[in-house]
Amino acid sequence: MYVAVKGGEQAIESAHAWLAEERRGDLNIAELSIAQIREQLKLAVDRVMAEGSLYDPDLAALAIKQSRGDLIEAIFLIRAYRTTLPRFGASEPVDTGAMACDRRISATFKDLPGGQVLGPTFDYTHRLLDFKLAADGETPDAPSRESVPGDVPHVTEFLNREGLIEEAPHDDTPPPDLTREPLEMPADRALRLQALTRADEGFTLGLAYSTQRGYARNHAFVGELRIGKVAVEMDIPELGFAIEIGEVTLTECETVNQFKGSKTEPPQFTRGYGLVFGQSERKAISMALVDRALRWEELGEDNVGAPAQDTEFVLYHADNIQATGFLEHIKLPHYVDFQSELELVRKLRREAGADQVQEAAE
Amino acid sequence: MTDQAYNFAYLDEQTKRMIRRAILKGLAIPGYQVPFASREMPMPYGWGTGGVQVSAAILTPDDTFKVIDQGADDTTNAVSIRSFFERTAGVATTTATSAASVIQTRHRIPEEPLTEDQILVYQVPIPEPLRFLEPRESETRKMHSLEEYGLMHVKLYEDISRHGHIATSYAYPVKVEERYVMDPSPIPKFDNPKLGDMAAIQLFGAGREQRIYALPPYTQVVSLDFEDHPFEATKADQVCGLCGATDSYLDEVIVDDAGGRLFCCSDTDYCTARRAQGHQGPAFLDSEAVA
Amino acid sequence: MLADALAGGFDTPATQSAHAFRSVMEAMARPGAIQGIQGGAPPAPLSVAAGTVLLTLCDTDTPIYLAGKADHSDVRAWLAFHTGAPLTGPSHAMFAIGDWDALMPLSSYPIGTSEYPDRSTTLIVECAELEANGTTLRGPGINSKAMLSLPETRAFQDNRALFPLGLDFIFTCGDRLAALPRSTVVSRSHGEAAPAQGAF
Repeated sequence: MYVAVKGGEQAIESAHAWLAEERRGDLNIAELSIAQIREQLKLAVDRVMAEGSLYDPDLAALAIKQSRGDLIEAIFLIRAYRTTLPRFGASEPVDTGAMACDRRISATFKDLPGGQVLGPTFDYTHRLLDFKLAADGETPDAPSRESVPGDVPHVTEFLNREGLIEEAPHDDTPPPDLTREPLEMPADRALRLQALTRADEGFTLGLAYSTQRGYARNHAFVGELRIGKVAVEMDIPELGFAIEIGEVTLTECETVNQFKGSKTEPPQFTRGYGLVFGQSERKAISMALVDRALRWEELGEDNVGAPAQDTEFVLYHADNIQATGFLEHIKLPHYVDFQSELELVRKLRREAGADQVQEAAE
Repeated sequence: MTDQAYNFAYLDEQTKRMIRRAILKGLAIPGYQVPFASREMPMPYGWGTGGVQVSAAILTPDDTFKVIDQGADDTTNAVSIRSFFERTAGVATTTATSAASVIQTRHRIPEEPLTEDQILVYQVPIPEPLRFLEPRESETRKMHSLEEYGLMHVKLYEDISRHGHIATSYAYPVKVEERYVMDPSPIPKFDNPKLGDMAAIQLFGAGREQRIYALPPYTQVVSLDFEDHPFEATKADQVCGLCGATDSYLDEVIVDDAGGRLFCCSDTDYCTARRAQGHQGPAFLDSEAVA
Repeated sequence: MLADALAGGFDTPATQSAHAFRSVMEAMARPGAIQGIQGGAPPAPLSVAAGTVLLTLCDTDTPIYLAGKADHSDVRAWLAFHTGAPLTGPSHAMFAIGDWDALMPLSSYPIGTSEYPDRSTTLIVECAELEANGTTLRGPGINSKAMLSLPETRAFQDNRALFPLGLDFIFTCGDRLAALPRSTVVSRSHGEAAPAQGAF
C-alpha cells in the first residue's frame, strides 16, 4: 500500500542499529574508554555536568561517548537520567571562600591576598596547532609548589569593607527549584541564577556579549574568577549536624559593575554573579554579565529594551534541551496541518482568481 | 514486558501525583491551563513529552493504549511512543480506535466517535492560544484572567479583511463553556466540532511549556467566529481514494513524477476498517496509484 | 499504635494508585457519577474512599487540613507515615478532609486567584450516604443532568458563582466517591423537600 507506510517500527530499529555502528566507527581504531573521556575531554565533561545539572564526571563521560560528542545530546541524556533519581535532601550552601583554588584571578587589582594564580588556562597559549599531540600526547610534568594554606578571601569583600560595593546580605530563604516547580514570572534572582547556571553556554555567551556591545551595557569588571574544589556538606537529621559528603569543582565569577548612587545615597559599585559546575569560565563570566543585566529593575535602572534585560525572554529560551527539542520537532510529520493550509491557500487563490491567471499563462 | 529498571509507566510516584493533581484541577476548570512541573523525559521536548506525561499519570495495567500521529498509528513517532509504554507500563496496545481505552494523539481526533469509556490525550506544542499575538506569558496570563480576548478577535477579523476568510486552518482557537479561549492543539479545524459534547474525557499535555488542560465529557466548546463569517470545518473536497469515505479528513499524497494526487483518509484505522468491510475508493480503478 | 500507622497503605503503590486515580478522575470529570475506589485501609474515622484518595494525591508537597473528627492522632500518624503531607489550617490547605459540618466555613479556604484559579483547596467530604438523588447537577462533564445527594445546595451555588475561582469537592462514603467541581450548576429538584438527611 502506497499510503499507509507500514514498518515504522522496523525503520526505527534499523536506524538505531546503524547509529550504534556509526558511533563505534572504524573497528580497527581502539575504542574510547569512559576514563579517557573523563580525563582528556574534561572541559566537555564539565559542560555536560553544568548544563545537565548533575555532578557526575563518569556519567557525563558516558553520555559524551553515547552521543558521539554531540554535547547537547549528552546534556539531554544526563537530564533525562537525573530526573529519575530519588532526592534525599539538599546540601548546605557551599562555601566558595574556602575553595581550594586551582585558578584565581582578579582584573580589578594588580595583586591581592591569596595572589593571582593563573592555573591551567588557555589564556596565554598561542593558538597554534600542536602537531606533537598528533604524534603522541605525552607531556612533561608541570612545575609545582606547596599550596599556601588558608582561605582565599573574595575580592568583593575588600570593596565591601569600604562600602564601595552594594551589600549582598546573607539570606537563608530556601531557593525555588525550577526542576520541581513550573517556571513562573516574575522570577526572583535565586531562580534566575538557577536557570542561568544550567543555561546553554552559547546562548548565555551571546547575551553577555550583547551587553558589552551596548544592549544594556553594565560596565563589568571581573572582580574575581576562581576555579577549584569545594566541600559539599549535608545536614543529617539523625546526627544533628552537617557532614561532608564529597567535593565538587566549581567556577565562580564575581563582577564589579556600573556604580549607582543618588543625592541621598553615595555611589556604590554593583554586582553580577556566576557559579557553574566544573571548569567553565566562559560560562561563569557570561552568567555574571547576564545576571547583572537582569537586575535592572531592582537597581532602579532603565529598561532599554535589550534582550539581556528581559527576564521572560532570557529564561524561557536559555535551556538548550527545551530549545533543541522544539526546534527539531519540526522534522516530525506535519502533513495534516500542511494539508489544511494547502486547502485554505487553494481556496483563497481560487477566490482571488489566481488559478485562472496561472492557467492562462500555461 | 515491563522494564523493571523503571517504575510502572516510567514516572516516579511523586511526579505522577503532581500531574494527577494538575489533571483534576484542569477538569474542574475546563479550558484553563494548569501549570505543572513537567519533567525531563527520555524523548525530546516537542515530541510529545506533555502527552506522554499525562498518559503515564493515567494509565493502569488494564488499559489498552493507542497512539496516533497525523491520524496514523504507524508514523515513526507514534510507533516510538507506543513502544515506550509497552516497555515501561506493559500495557496492551492496539490500532483499533474502538478497542482502545486511552488514545494519545498528535494533530488529529479519530473519525470514529469516542465513547464514555475512552480517554483522549493530546500532545500540545504551544498551549497558549494567545501566544502568537502576545509572546509574553505574564501578559497572556493576565488576558485570560480578565477574559480579555479582544486581540484574538481583531486578529481573526484582520484575516477576513485581508483574505475574505479567517486564515487559520489548524490549531483553530475555541471558547470553552463561555469562559476560556483554548488552543485545541494543532488539529485541523475539520476536527474542531468533535471537541464539544464529546463522550470521552479529553486531556491536553504540553511538556516543554509546562501546562495541562482538560475538557470533561459533554463540555461546550465553540470555535471562534463572527456572525457574518461563521466557522467552517473544511477538508479537501474529495473522497478517500482507498475506502471511498466522504466524511473523513483527507491527506493528499503525491503519487508520481507528474504530480498525480491521491487523497486518502488521514485516520488509518478508519480507512482500514472501512476497506475490511468491503468499501472501495476510486483509486482502485487505477491500479498504479495503490501499488 | 505505630504498627497501625505503618499498615493500611498501598501494597503495590504504582498500580493501586493508578486504579484509584482513575476513579477520582472519572468522578471529577463526570460530576455526580458515583465511582468505586479501594486500595487504602486508613484508621477510623476515615473511610476507605477518603483514605485512598489521600494516598493517591497527597505527599510532602500538599498541606492537608484535618477537620473535626478527622483530626485524630491515628489519622495524623497514618498520614505522616504514608504521605509525609504537612498538616495545616484551612487557609493554607491544598486538601481538607472531614464531615461537612466540621469543614465549615467554606470561606476559610483558598479559592485560587484570577491568574491561578487552580490554587484552591479540594475538600474531601465524608458523607453518611452517597446516592444519585436529591440535587440536580448540570454543566461540564454531565450529559444533560445528573443527581447527587449533596449535604446542601446553597453553598455549591455560591461556589459556582465564583467560577473560574472556587473550591472542588470529593464526597466519600465507604468505598465509593463522587465529585463536584466548581463548574457544576446545582439546583434543587422540583417538588422535593430540603434533604436534611443529606448532611448527617
